[in-house]
Amino acid sequence: MERVPVLKIGDILLVSIQIDMEDQTALQLQEDLADRIVATGCHGVIIDISALDIVDSFVGRTLASIASISRVLDAETVVVGMRPAVAITLVELGLQLPGIRTALNVELGMDLLARERAADDWEFDEGDAEDESEPETPAAAAP
Amino acid sequence: MTLTAEEAARFAGLLEDNSDALVATWTERVAATLRGRLSHAELQRQHSELRKAFQQALSGGAQAIGDEPAAELRAQLSDLSASRARQGFSVTETAVSVFAFKAAVLTIVDQGGGSEAALRDYVALSAFVDEAALFTSDSYVRVREELIADQAEQLLELSTPVVKLWEGVVAVPLVGTLDSARAQVVMERLLQTLVDTGSPYAIIDITGVPAVDTQVAQHVLKTVVAARLMGADCIISGIRPQIAQTIVALGIEFGDIATKASLADALRYVLGKTGQAKRLGR
Amino acid sequence: MNQQGELIQVNSDQDVVRVRQLVRTVAVAVKLSLVDQTKLVTAASELARNTLVYGGGGTVEVTTVDNGRRPGIRIVFADQGPGIVDLDLAFTDGYTTGSGLGLGLSGARRLVDEFDIVTAPGAGTSITVTKWCR
Repeated sequence: MERVPVLKIGDILLVSIQIDMEDQTALQLQEDLADRIVATGCHGVIIDISALDIVDSFVGRTLASIASISRVLDAETVVVGMRPAVAITLVELGLQLPGIRTALNVELGMDLLARERAADDWEFDEGDAEDESEPETPAAAAP
Repeated sequence: MTLTAEEAARFAGLLEDNSDALVATWTERVAATLRGRLSHAELQRQHSELRKAFQQALSGGAQAIGDEPAAELRAQLSDLSASRARQGFSVTETAVSVFAFKAAVLTIVDQGGGSEAALRDYVALSAFVDEAALFTSDSYVRVREELIADQAEQLLELSTPVVKLWEGVVAVPLVGTLDSARAQVVMERLLQTLVDTGSPYAIIDITGVPAVDTQVAQHVLKTVVAARLMGADCIISGIRPQIAQTIVALGIEFGDIATKASLADALRYVLGKTGQAKRLGR
Repeated sequence: MNQQGELIQVNSDQDVVRVRQLVRTVAVAVKLSLVDQTKLVTAASELARNTLVYGGGGTVEVTTVDNGRRPGIRIVFADQGPGIVDLDLAFTDGYTTGSGLGLGLSGARRLVDEFDIVTAPGAGTSITVTKWCR
């Protein structure tokens, strides 16, 4: 059985699913991620599914579980790069993916996580020693 | 009542011997039906070619239209139906060219004295010609269907531009009636544009949609849900008063989807949101 | 007018992946649109998993078909499992006897053009789905 690699970038764990996963592989990923979140203390997880040509109910459910588990471990999950055909199919299938945050690509996903963190840390922001791990790339130019 | 080999051979002879008279009578009859929409010369050319093909098929021993010797005849009939279909003739006006052939042959048979044997032959031939006419109608219908499919496709290509309004904001102005096929194309194109441009906001403007029924609303809603799954937000703008009334009367739930009266309002709303998002990010 | 049937035994997770890959290959070959390919492969994945999990394994046969006007793909999922007792219930969104989301059967039916099911308690289940090119 193949394993999906989990990369750590700053405060974020990045998972890019590049293979047609067996159900076991998906469950293994769920376990691996939980372990890595605890081991690294990361607060964000980005799962890139742009290489997946389908997401069926099993993968959908696994993604939802990963999001719930990481939330319990104080990490926010963003699923990025879902293909249009996959999204259309999921709507038709009736799969809602409740509780999963999504973004169009990895960069927008990182923006989203950074915003979430910033909002969380709002009141403790002053004189905080913790420096931001990456420069902000604004999602949109203001008029 | 199929055509025997001898009967076929006798008719092949008859068609050869009376070729000019036959084509003349035939053309006369068809021209009367088409009332000048095809020139006499054009009809004459078509009919003399068809006559040749009939003769060839019969002398080759064809007993049914599907037989090998009738291959050339079938090709001719297909060409005839294709050109009539493209020129906008009805299926009757197309098949008449084949049916009138029977009448023309009967005139010749009559002139030959109309013996009982000749008439029996004629009935056998008549079955063969009927088959040819059915074949013609079938190919006519096939060509028409192809034409319609082509035109539908061309319409789809025309009708759905997705434009970038601002950095991170795309818009799709919907114009005309949305049927299920078109809605699907719009949906796919919009979602693909979101990915290609990395735009987290899409405005669906329905100012140009004359009416909204449950099906159209369903398609728009599905697009919005699919976009959300991908991580983008849709705003619906350009809802005219009577459409708002229909939406409510049909009991369609737009849920928490943002709706704005005009495209300008929608853009202002999105820019407000991104501005806010940006401030939070700093 | 059927040709080129291909049969896969479904006895493990890996076989479900092979079903997806085969359906994808055939869907590309008959030129289904990208969205329809995705819908069909997703439906096949759901149903093949059902064959494995609820039917205790079985077979999946993929055939190209032609109704005279357009080509299509037909897939038959067959198992010798316990069968389905209450079909209406099995087709209810969200109903499951296993650990799934309960969208397999009802969802798969929405993703294809034709959906036939033959089942009886104790007599296994056979599901035939067809998707036509547009």
